[in-house]
Amino acid sequence: MVKPLHEPGVAVDGYRLDELAHSGGMAALWRVSRPGVSMPLLMKVPRIGEGADPAAVVSFEMEQMILPRLSGTHVPKFIAAGDFAAQPYIVMEAIPGTTLLPRLPELPLPYAEVAKIGLKIATALDDLHRQHVVHLDIKPSNIMFRPTGEAVLLDYGLSHHDRLPDLMQEEFRLPFGTAPYMSPEQLRGIRDDRRSDLFALGVLLYFFSTGVRPFGEIETLRGMRRRLWRDPVPPRGLRADYAPWLQEIVLRCLEIEPAWRYPTAAQLAFDLSHPTQVKLTKRSERLKHDPLSTVLRRRFNQGVAQPRAKQAMAAQLSSAPIIAVAIDLAEGSVALNDALRITAGRILATLPSARLACLNVLKQGRITIDFTLDEQGHNRQIDRLVGLRHWAEPLKLEEPRLTVHVLEAVDPAAVILEFAQNNRVDHILIGARQSSLMRTLLGSVSAKVAAEALCTVTVVRPNAAAGQDKPSAGDDASRPPSG
Amino acid sequence: MLIALFADIHANRQAFSACLAQAREQGAQRIVLLGDYVGYGADPEWAVTTVMDLVDKGAVALLGNHDSAIGNPRAQMNMEAQIAIEWTRGVLGASERQFLAGLPLTVTDGERLYVHSEASNPPGWIYVTSTVEASRSLALNPAQVTFCGHVHQPAVYSMSPTAKMTSFTPTTGAAVPLLQGRRWLAVLGSVGQPRDGDPAASYAMLDTDKRELTYCRAAYDIEQAAAAIRKKGLPVWLANRLFQGR
Repeated sequence: MVKPLHEPGVAVDGYRLDELAHSGGMAALWRVSRPGVSMPLLMKVPRIGEGADPAAVVSFEMEQMILPRLSGTHVPKFIAAGDFAAQPYIVMEAIPGTTLLPRLPELPLPYAEVAKIGLKIATALDDLHRQHVVHLDIKPSNIMFRPTGEAVLLDYGLSHHDRLPDLMQEEFRLPFGTAPYMSPEQLRGIRDDRRSDLFALGVLLYFFSTGVRPFGEIETLRGMRRRLWRDPVPPRGLRADYAPWLQEIVLRCLEIEPAWRYPTAAQLAFDLSHPTQVKLTKRSERLKHDPLSTVLRRRFNQGVAQPRAKQAMAAQLSSAPIIAVAIDLAEGSVALNDALRITAGRILATLPSARLACLNVLKQGRITIDFTLDEQGHNRQIDRLVGLRHWAEPLKLEEPRLTVHVLEAVDPAAVILEFAQNNRVDHILIGARQSSLMRTLLGSVSAKVAAEALCTVTVVRPNAAAGQDKPSAGDDASRPPSG
Repeated sequence: MLIALFADIHANRQAFSACLAQAREQGAQRIVLLGDYVGYGADPEWAVTTVMDLVDKGAVALLGNHDSAIGNPRAQMNMEAQIAIEWTRGVLGASERQFLAGLPLTVTDGERLYVHSEASNPPGWIYVTSTVEASRSLALNPAQVTFCGHVHQPAVYSMSPTAKMTSFTPTTGAAVPLLQGRRWLAVLGSVGQPRDGDPAASYAMLDTDKRELTYCRAAYDIEQAAAAIRKKGLPVWLANRLFQGR
């Protein structure tokens, strides 16, 4: 039988218990140390034995399975685990600082700051979802930030891993989570939809920007079920000056139907980092929640929801990629730009949740001071944005799927790579420069992008058969992308 | 230690050869064969002599219902299985028939139990297709992990200390940690006649140090295996289903 070990100074498998950091209903957290390990460590010890919550054991088992399989800056690093057969514990990296919880007295926060926090959390969620995990308990007390700024998501005891047995799912019929943040589908017992985390993040964004929880602090299951049909009061109904772009984002996260939310955390992060590009729909204007007739229809149509087809998370994510296309608006790029549009169109046609970011690089000289206005007094930024929209027009994308960006840089390849990385782009489309003279002088942007990008890159060129010369030996076509 | 586990080979030479080769590449140190070496496929003699050879070198082999039916003419089977078994009886030599007749219904290996079908009643050849049979299978034996086949569809069941059951369909290549706090039943996919919609041959690798089980798939020459079945005059459906993994 496992004996309790709640005493400072005691050593467990070589880890010395230094100080009790937190004591919760499911587990205790100890600061621990070990000779030879300089990283600050935490040991999580589940509450087990007489009178303990049976969920404590199962959620500990879930965390014990999931945490060792996670990596990257957005999760605490897993160090060691002890099994139930001996002494159950998990040792992990202790993240310095506090969670978001102590910030609650400061609410509401300025919109820009809410967006900044939201962007960090969405980026962390995207990383987690790509590792096959839905967190299912996103709330201020489970979010910390590294000194370098990245959000770290804590506590995987209620999480679902797409490739591991879900012990919570079958063991407990009641939904587990934190009432104010729990999504409607979680209340129905669905645990494998990554968009549940976007709903919880929407609750957090609403709360942090208005100071009010969108569904109150109700803890009863009956009270919680209201969110299956009752939408929250739009933030603008609470604060007249509420930023429309933020309301658009927050209410999209809080959609009752997961399909109406953002398809991926990456797409949410994209909007949070480009507020001026957020397409404002009716959501952004609303001052009141839905009329009673809509609510009643939802309320009494609960049983007729379509049975949902189970889809692996990896497939869900790959069906909603962010695609970036780099467009050269210079004279003589017509054939290449047509080819880029055809390629983009092919990809977008098969993936209705994909979104397209059109990029143009406004090249700056290394030494000369650049002016936004050209000799004729045109605003070059705006001209380029117009040009990009014009390029994209034949694709006939609904607005939320399309954004246009003019990036200013000395090194076009570097700025395209940076954009792709910061915005978690899945696929870059770029044209091979046609003029070999230009290429010789400037180097190949596409080759550098193809060689150094962390995502898929497609180098596009116009079909040579269409009345053109054979590509010369120096053309990008014949070269591997070797930088 | 890395243990390679194979179930329901069903005289599919191409599939079993591919699995064995892949498992050896993965570093398998031990081989466990969970029964049904014959039936359905075109190469029963090769399959049984290969198994005999592996057993000589230390492999563990269990008895399956098709293996048992070779020496038991009264065994009840569906029509296609029956035709294949009757044909197989005529193909196997005396030493192979004797080998099959001598195979055990269960083998205990430390904290592991190997069996072809549901473990509470091995000669009943009951399919473990839900937590109901899985719970019955786990109830009466003390092993921490039970391995079986027979269903031809991969599944992992676990029982908590309070006897609650969970079920899970494993993802190919993703290791499943067999936590010590609960008991596990791993149903293997089939080497020679997969029925989970993936026509590739199915087997599993157990890492006893890490306590992790990984379900694996091996692509094999289905065309050749199916051609052999047709050539031997066995029911055509037995050849066709291999392409669909049904």
